[in-house]
Amino acid sequence: MGAPSEHETTLSPADPSAGEQGWSRRGPWRRVLQGLLASPTAVISAALLALIVAATLLAPVYAKHVAGTDPFRSGLSAKIRIDGKPVPVMQQSTEGLGLGVTPIGPTWGPQYLLGADGQGRDVAARLLYGGQNSLLIAGAATILCLVIAAIVGIAAGYLGGAVDGVLSNLIDMIWAFPVYLLAISLSIVMIGKSYAFGPFEISSGSLIVPILIIGLVYVPYVARPIRGRVLALNQSEFVMAARGLGIRPGRILWRHILPNVSTTLIVFAPMLMALNIVTESSLSFLSVGVQPPNASWGTILQDGQTLLYSRPMVSLAPGLAIMVTVLLLNLFGDVLRDVLDPKSARGR
Amino acid sequence: MLAAIFSRLLRMVVVMFGISVITFLIFFATPSSDPAARIAGKNAAQETIEAVRKDFGLDRPLYVQYGLMMKRLFVTRDLTSFANRGQQIVPAVAAAAPATLSLVSGAAVLWMLGGILTGIAAAAWRGRWPDKLLMGISMMAVAMPVFWVGEMVNLITQNRLHDTWAFAWVPALGYTPFSEDPGLWFRSMVFPWLTLAFLYIGLYGRMLRTGIIETYQEDFIRTARAKGLTGRKVLLKHATRSAIIPIVIMFGMDFGVLVGGAAVLTEVVFGINGVGRLTYQALKVLDLPMIMATVLYASFFVVIANAVVDLLCLLIDPRMRRA
Repeated sequence: MGAPSEHETTLSPADPSAGEQGWSRRGPWRRVLQGLLASPTAVISAALLALIVAATLLAPVYAKHVAGTDPFRSGLSAKIRIDGKPVPVMQQSTEGLGLGVTPIGPTWGPQYLLGADGQGRDVAARLLYGGQNSLLIAGAATILCLVIAAIVGIAAGYLGGAVDGVLSNLIDMIWAFPVYLLAISLSIVMIGKSYAFGPFEISSGSLIVPILIIGLVYVPYVARPIRGRVLALNQSEFVMAARGLGIRPGRILWRHILPNVSTTLIVFAPMLMALNIVTESSLSFLSVGVQPPNASWGTILQDGQTLLYSRPMVSLAPGLAIMVTVLLLNLFGDVLRDVLDPKSARGR
Repeated sequence: MLAAIFSRLLRMVVVMFGISVITFLIFFATPSSDPAARIAGKNAAQETIEAVRKDFGLDRPLYVQYGLMMKRLFVTRDLTSFANRGQQIVPAVAAAAPATLSLVSGAAVLWMLGGILTGIAAAAWRGRWPDKLLMGISMMAVAMPVFWVGEMVNLITQNRLHDTWAFAWVPALGYTPFSEDPGLWFRSMVFPWLTLAFLYIGLYGRMLRTGIIETYQEDFIRTARAKGLTGRKVLLKHATRSAIIPIVIMFGMDFGVLVGGAAVLTEVVFGINGVGRLTYQALKVLDLPMIMATVLYASFFVVIANAVVDLLCLLIDPRMRRA
C-alpha cells in the first residue's frame, strides 16, 4: 500500500479551472463520471433503476387514475366490470366444497392488472406503493449504515489504542450474530411500540424502525474494511508527510483520510442497497419488517404466501421486482467499483 | 504456535461473553416496555406477568438477572417458555438441531462443489460465453431472496406438475428424520438443498473467479508458466489452490451462520422443523426466552465455527502464527 492515493496526486494540467497550483479537487470525481458514462452496462442499469424509482413514485397516480382503487382498503365486496359484466373481486371457490373465496387473478386490464390479494386489494397498485417503501427503507438504511460505519471505522483506525480496542471487539461481536437473527431480535423488542426521543417521536409501525434495524445490522461489514483502509492510510507517505509538516490531526482527517475513505464507502453503497432490499423483504416476510397496513415488496410476498398455489401472481410479481432491482444495483455497483478502484477487482 | 492457539481461544471466550451480554441487553434492557410482560407472551394475565417477574428475578439488578438467565440456559438448562406453557427451551433447540444440520450440510456439499466448479470454469473461459453465462446466472442467484426461490420451487414441484412423472417423487413439504426413513429423508431434502445452495453457488463462484483472475497476476504464476507447465496445471494446481483460501474461510463463517439458524427462511418455506423454524414459531407468539435462546445458540455456533476456521488456518499457513 505504498502507492500514494490518486486523490492526492492527481495533477490536471489539462483542466484550466483547477486551482492555482494545478491541484484539482474535482478531477477524480469527473473521471469517475466519465468512466460510468463510458460503460453501457452502467448507463443502462442506472436508467432502468431511475425508471423503477419513477414508477414507484407514480403509485398514487396509478392507483387513482388507472386502477381506480384504494390499495390500502380491503375490497372484499368490490365488483369490477370485465367485458361489460360485473365480476366480484373475491370469487366463489370452485374447488373442494365450493366454500370460501379466492381473489380474482390477473385481469391484464387497467383494474386488478395483476389480480387481487387475500383482502381484495389491487396487487399492481400495492406493488408500486410497496416499491416506494422498499426502496425508501433500503436507501435510508444504506445511508445510515455508511455513516455509522464511517464514523466507527475511522474512529477505530485513526484514534487507535483503547478506542480501537473497544470498537473492534464490538464489531467482532456484532459480526458473529447471524444478520437475520440480530434483526429479528431487534425488531421484536422495537416493533409495535412507540418511542419518544426528546422532541422526536417514533410511532409504532413507523418505517423508521425497519430502517434503523436494517441500517445497523450491516455496520460491521462496512466498518471493518474502513478501519483497515484508515490504518493503511495512516502509514502512507502523504499522511506521514502531512504529520511531519505539523498539520493538525483534525485537518489531516478531513483533507486526507476522509476523501480517500469516501471511495470505499461509495463502492459499498449500491451493493449494500441491494442487500438491504433483500433483507427488508425477508424481514417483512417473517412479519418483523414493515407492518400492515403499510405495503412493501416483502409484505406483499407475505400476503402471497397463503395464495401461492391458487394465485401465484401475488408472490411472483414482488419477487420479480426485487430480483430485477437488485440485479440492476449489482450490475451498476460492479462497474462503479471497477471505475473507482481499478486495481482491485475484488469487492466486499 | 501454542500461544497463538491459546490467544485465539481466549478471544473466542471473550466474544462469547460479549455476545451473551448484548443479547441479554436487547431483550431485557430495551426501554419503554416491561420485559416481564414481553416474556409472558401475548395477552398474558396479570398473575402470569407477576410470576415471570419473580421467576426471572426482574425486580433485581440487571447483573443478577443476567446471571440467572445464563445459569438457566447453560448450567441447569431448565429455562421454560411462558408463551408455550411449560415447553423446555434447551431440549427443544437440541431436538430441532438435526433437521437444520441435515439441511445445511447437504446444501454445503452442493454449494462448495457447484461454487468451485463455477469459479474455475468461469475463470478458465474468462470473457467468453461460458464465463458470461455462468456469471449471469450467479448474479441472478444472488439477486433473488432465498424464500422466494423456495416458493417458486414449491410452485413447480408441489402444484400442478406434482402429479406428472417429473415431480411425483417429491414428497409433501416437511421433514422426515434420517433415522426414520433415509430414502424419504433424501427425497424431501433435495429441493431445499438445491434452493439454499443456489444462492451460495452464485456468491462463491463469483468470488473464486475474481480470486483466480487476480492470482494470475502474481509472480509465482509467471514462474509456473515460464517453467513450461500446461495452462490447465497452472490453473488448477497453482492459481485455484491459492485463490481458494478465502473461500474456505468464508465457508466456515457461512456454515456456522446457517446452522445457527440463518436458514430460517428456507426452513419456513419448506416446512422443515429446524432451529430456524423454531425461532419463527417463537416469533409468532412472541416467545422471548425461546428467541433469546436460539439467537444465543446461533451466535455461539458462529463464534466457534470462526475459531475452528482460524485454527485450521494457523495449521495451514505459518505466516498467521505470528499475528
